[in-house]
Amino acid sequence: MTRKTRRLWLACACLMGLGSATALTLNAFSSNIVFFMAPSQIRAKPPAPDRTVRLGGMVVAGSVRRQTVRDTPVALFDVTDGQAAVTVRYEGILPDLFREGQSVVAIGTAGPDGAFHASEVLAKHDETYMPKEVAEALRRSGKWDPRYGKAPDAASWDTMTVRDARRDAASPQHGS
Amino acid sequence: MSPELGNFALALACCLAGAQAVLPLIGAQRRDPRLMAMAPALAVGQLLALLTSFACLVNAAIGDDFSVQNVAANSAVAKPLLYKITGVWGNHEGSILLWALILGVCGGAVALFGRNLPSALRARVIAVLGGVSAGFLLFCLTTSNPFDRVWPAPLDGQGMNPLLQDPGLAFHPPILYTGYVGFAVPFAFAIAALIEGRVDAAWGRWVRPWAVAAWCFLTCGIALGSWWSYYVLGWGGYWFWDPVENASLIPWLTGTALVHSAIVVEKREALKIWTVLLAIGTFSFSLSGTFLVRSGILNSVHAFANDPARGVFILGLLALVIGGSLLLFAIRAPALTAGGMFAPVSREGLLVLNNILLCSICAVVLTGTMYPPFMSLLFGKTISVGKPFFDATAAPLAIPLLAFMGFGPMMPWKRAQFWPVLRRLWWAGLLTAAAFALAAWRIRDILPLLAATFAVWVIAGSAADIAERIRLFRLPLGQSLHRARLLPRAALGAALAHAGVGVSVLGLAAMSQAAHKIVEVRVGQTEMLAGDAWTLTDVHSAPGPNYTSLIATIEVRHDGRLVTVLHPSKRTFASQNQTTTEVAIHTNLLSDLYGVLGDRHGTDADPTYVLRLHYNPLAPWMWLGGLVMAMGGALSLSDRRMRVGAPRRARLAGLVAAR
Repeated sequence: MTRKTRRLWLACACLMGLGSATALTLNAFSSNIVFFMAPSQIRAKPPAPDRTVRLGGMVVAGSVRRQTVRDTPVALFDVTDGQAAVTVRYEGILPDLFREGQSVVAIGTAGPDGAFHASEVLAKHDETYMPKEVAEALRRSGKWDPRYGKAPDAASWDTMTVRDARRDAASPQHGS
Repeated sequence: MSPELGNFALALACCLAGAQAVLPLIGAQRRDPRLMAMAPALAVGQLLALLTSFACLVNAAIGDDFSVQNVAANSAVAKPLLYKITGVWGNHEGSILLWALILGVCGGAVALFGRNLPSALRARVIAVLGGVSAGFLLFCLTTSNPFDRVWPAPLDGQGMNPLLQDPGLAFHPPILYTGYVGFAVPFAFAIAALIEGRVDAAWGRWVRPWAVAAWCFLTCGIALGSWWSYYVLGWGGYWFWDPVENASLIPWLTGTALVHSAIVVEKREALKIWTVLLAIGTFSFSLSGTFLVRSGILNSVHAFANDPARGVFILGLLALVIGGSLLLFAIRAPALTAGGMFAPVSREGLLVLNNILLCSICAVVLTGTMYPPFMSLLFGKTISVGKPFFDATAAPLAIPLLAFMGFGPMMPWKRAQFWPVLRRLWWAGLLTAAAFALAAWRIRDILPLLAATFAVWVIAGSAADIAERIRLFRLPLGQSLHRARLLPRAALGAALAHAGVGVSVLGLAAMSQAAHKIVEVRVGQTEMLAGDAWTLTDVHSAPGPNYTSLIATIEVRHDGRLVTVLHPSKRTFASQNQTTTEVAIHTNLLSDLYGVLGDRHGTDADPTYVLRLHYNPLAPWMWLGGLVMAMGGALSLSDRRMRVGAPRRARLAGLVAAR
């Protein structure tokens, strides 16, 4: 085997490795990327039922309901960005830091019944800390602008979000 | 007083590091033996100063000196002694000091164990280490000084996050950091080689033990971190593809490639430029790993310092180290003599394949980790990439890697043929086919099925390699054992490390079959999971030192026979208003029974409890495999030939050549 063919072999092997890595990545990007959506975005444009998304916002105070379906605990709660609220349905143990009136991220799919079926619910380790994506969604919804100081504390979010959620419930046709 | 002494020692170490970065380099350039001889002395001096400084910080933490801001913010009188000590590196400032200390240890180790290196090379290596050290120490002194005082001193500290008060986490950072920082030595060797413009077989032999040692620590660190998240976080998961975890996996992948390509440099004087690039790349990824953790560029649960000023400093430091070394590489690499070419079917050919596949996996993981922050930076889109992405990309690339790993070590150097090698592996092939049949019966998904099959292939192949070398069952047993004793430990170590990979992959594949169930039950109620009956027999509360815990008792029975009694609990820390979940795990090394106690619902008269029950087959194997890998690395480090500059005994050398 000449030096040239050997070099060709090496180049081919490298191309194969990089090529398959690229192909796998592009393929996975088309199906496995998870987009972040705020409740108002989900209301305005529900994602396809098989599409996994991350839903983030504040848990509406007083909205957590618990049921037991065939020995499995189910938690239902509303998540809002101050413009619209989405009901989240989660089977499992809510994380230790899950609190009403605080920020939360739920990963799952939009169900046909209008509820969001979460397979995972994340509450951050630090309860004063707000996930970047939730803060951004709140800023976009016009409820809070980081240029005008820190995020309002959880208590004031409560009253605001409860009112908004009520308005939302009064007009069920809104968005969806 | 002692914090000031620590601060002074830190500043002294920084000055010594600066001198260490400059003087030996000038000495090596001018061939001035006196300046070159300063290198080891400066490195040892810097190490002593750093040890003093670190000891002062530990002393302040043990002595509850809350006038030191770092101690006040992270410690408390009531904290157990162990966590007072380990808490020193459980925060940003202390962890940077620990990082610098380990870098100092690396410099000192090169100074002490590198006596057989050519003096110019040694001077340059130590100088490069000094330069990196000076940067980090400057960072420590200017933006995150652990010895800052606070006035008035508080009576008690703020305490430590209860989640971090755990022995697994206490020893995780030093081990992981030693892995990260250890790759600074191969990096320094690469830079020194670029300055000298010469890479040869001897360079490969010198650099390899350092790379192997760092690799062992990094492997242990990753395994320990994964184990910690398994038993502390209580989600039953072991790897979350979190940016911080990926930041440790990426240098591990390139470091593994480096350990292998350095063999080709040593044996065949090929792949030289590539190995230099890998050494630079691995340390760059290690540094970026710290950067990603420390500056909140990647949003992660681990980020305990979201401070932009530090981020800018670290970013500058990174740009200087990585950009500078890549620039030097671009200028000097063409001057290195190109290595020889080799046949595609040969040991070195397969090692190249190993490098290509490992780097492809690394590229995929890097893309998945960096894509979300870039998308949000450039287009303002918030997306995330999770486990499905990494499963779909990394696993298909890892499976061919395992397939080649099974017979790679048996391929001869230079020119080889597949057939004779595969023929010697007939029984390993049979075993693999049997494993495939067995796995196909239990595992339905294609990727875990293939992974499990090839994991068995790797373990069998490693065993076959050793059996072949000692001619097991072909010579009388006594002679075989004699041959085993003469076998180079590097070969034994490699086989052990490969088998460790197989063990880990088997654990990972089996975990795809894990079963779990979330139930809400009353006391006395029984649930079935994976053939076992889990009965909640009792729930009671008990006071702890600084918390109250709710303890459940779960009896697990198999066919009426009591298997184990689990006591998962939930702790409520009143002072921090925080709850932690204490998982109960019963393992018999073949499977884990894993129980978590969740919320309490229902009325006081008729309470119900949420339980999360997991059945995790082969779960302990994932970490055991990591341990076996690290042991393999350590075994090969104990090989005479790996010790820097150790003269090869003629008889042994003859044996090796004959093989």
